[in-house]
Amino acid sequence: MGRISEKFIALQARNEKALIVYLTAGDPSLAKTRELILELEKAGADMIEIGVPFSDPTADGPVIQAAAQRALKNGTTLAGVLAMIAELRRVSAIPVLLFGYYNPIFACGPEKFAAAAREAGADGLLVVDLPPEEAAELRVHTDAAGLDFISLVAPTTGRDRLKTILRTAAGFLYYISITGVTGTAAPKIEDLARDVAKIRRLTKMPIAVGFGITNAAQAEAIGAVADGVVIGSAVVKLIDEHHNHPDLLAVVSRYIGGIKAALR
Amino acid sequence: MKTLPDKKGHFDIFGGRYAAETLMPALLELEEAYAGARRDKSFEQEFAAYRRDYAGRPTPLYPAQRMTRTLGGAKIYLKREDLNHTGSHKINNTLGQALLARRMGKKKVIAETGAGQHGVATATVAALFGMECKIFMGEEDIRRQAPNVFRMKILGAEVVPVKSGTATLKDAMNEAMRYWVGSVRDTFYIIGTTAGPHPYPMMVRNFQSVIGREIKRQLAHREGRGPDALVACVGGGSNAMGTFYPFRNDPAVKMFGVEAAGRGLATSEHSASISGGKIGVLHGNKTYLLQDEHGQVRDAYSIAAGLDYPGVGPEHAYFAAVGRVSYVAVTDKEAVEAFLFLSRQEGIIPALESAHAIAHALKIAPSMNKNEIIVICLSGRGDKDAQTIMETL
Repeated sequence: MGRISEKFIALQARNEKALIVYLTAGDPSLAKTRELILELEKAGADMIEIGVPFSDPTADGPVIQAAAQRALKNGTTLAGVLAMIAELRRVSAIPVLLFGYYNPIFACGPEKFAAAAREAGADGLLVVDLPPEEAAELRVHTDAAGLDFISLVAPTTGRDRLKTILRTAAGFLYYISITGVTGTAAPKIEDLARDVAKIRRLTKMPIAVGFGITNAAQAEAIGAVADGVVIGSAVVKLIDEHHNHPDLLAVVSRYIGGIKAALR
Repeated sequence: MKTLPDKKGHFDIFGGRYAAETLMPALLELEEAYAGARRDKSFEQEFAAYRRDYAGRPTPLYPAQRMTRTLGGAKIYLKREDLNHTGSHKINNTLGQALLARRMGKKKVIAETGAGQHGVATATVAALFGMECKIFMGEEDIRRQAPNVFRMKILGAEVVPVKSGTATLKDAMNEAMRYWVGSVRDTFYIIGTTAGPHPYPMMVRNFQSVIGREIKRQLAHREGRGPDALVACVGGGSNAMGTFYPFRNDPAVKMFGVEAAGRGLATSEHSASISGGKIGVLHGNKTYLLQDEHGQVRDAYSIAAGLDYPGVGPEHAYFAAVGRVSYVAVTDKEAVEAFLFLSRQEGIIPALESAHAIAHALKIAPSMNKNEIIVICLSGRGDKDAQTIMETL
């Protein structure tokens, strides 16, 4: 069992919900990303989604698009992100999953990528533009390397398709709370509760909810129905607003601490 | 050659459906609806009636006698897609997709556009069928293709300026896809080229194949034989695919897909994905892409807004890989020369995109035999490019 599953089990035992925090790697710099992760861990983040920047992030809203562009301008590469994770692993065992698009992985080579990600200490990956129909070419390598291939479920995903996704899902299910790109709308809690309950009837796998969650009240409401909450655009925006500020770590830490408090 | 794509939308290793989960159900629904339409004779009958009565098909196959004499080689025919309603081949596809959207009960359509030809053709069919229409267009393209922006607005479409990246076709497509992720339940995305996730490359190819089918029939009628060579420009590649596809199993026909070499293939300023790219995944399909060693997509460049795209339709990638079509590249300078050549030799102002095809024909026609025949797809008319040309002269 990997770190991701272990974390969910440990949290369930404490009757806590997982707080998963997304950061765009390299925004404002890879060194800062590493510092931020350590600070987030202290503030109560249970897992980190490390966004690998891509030139054409078609599933992301304006906040993460801009962060990816800044990161690429800084020269952030997939290899650099993996090196940062390897360094992080010397001091932290927080579960880490890579979040991104397929082309940078394809350019690296799926087999080489899987080995390098494992070696660096990543625990899982989520590739937005690799639905089950196309995932085999990567999963043959990442599954063998013991990386959890996290599957997405959307509000548009029907029951039959959900069953297909569940057959190969690993780690946890990532439920997209809005019909839209990241960080562009607030989820409707009632719809969400109904949708998560529907998924729950078909699987025992942990369900985390993301895309558009910004505050503790939402996190608390979602935590009541799901096993985890993903905070992405909201923290990326905060980092951008304070990237030059000496209080960056404190500001982010306070924000994430507030969200985690709602999940305990 | 095998009939492709396979059931999952692959052209051998190319193509596929590399799309966000939110869009997957819509892509599967579209695939099913299109399969249903293909089985339904009344769909094709209605489509054919619109092509004839509304778009003005068949378009002429024009023997360019002066050009032929000047070059002194092969006999040159121009397939006059510029004479379609709206001024390019794009209407062949938008009519088909709009009919499909109507069949699926979708009343809103969106599209990306580069040169504005696909945007105009989409705005046109949206007006025709009473659909709400949004067109995503890069700010740079809005500037250099102003006449088409005015036409879209006159037709009642909303033109959404896209500022990200180089503010050209790639960025417009990114933004259209993002918008579609948020509106997929009631909105039909009319993709303008043989790219995007399955079933788009196959569907757009089939809708555009009327070009090649007509060439075959018209040439048989006039000359009693088929062509020796076909030449068409390739951005995403829809007019070229429409021209080539019906001839794919005829080995006597040489085919030339002409990419935009921009300021030269040796520079980074071009749009020649096949000649100068590597295999990758963008906009839902695996194909040749302009990208750096880290898999970041490079910005494309061409004087022709409609070719300014870092990818290419996956079936073109397949034709390139198996050697069925020769992909060549033509610079901005050669395209502008060809633009003026055709304007002054035949009194036909071609689109800058189509001028790339003309430019390659200027290279190969003189050394061909006089009894050989070249057909060039003149995919669009050049009124929209008058400003760009005047700036370069």
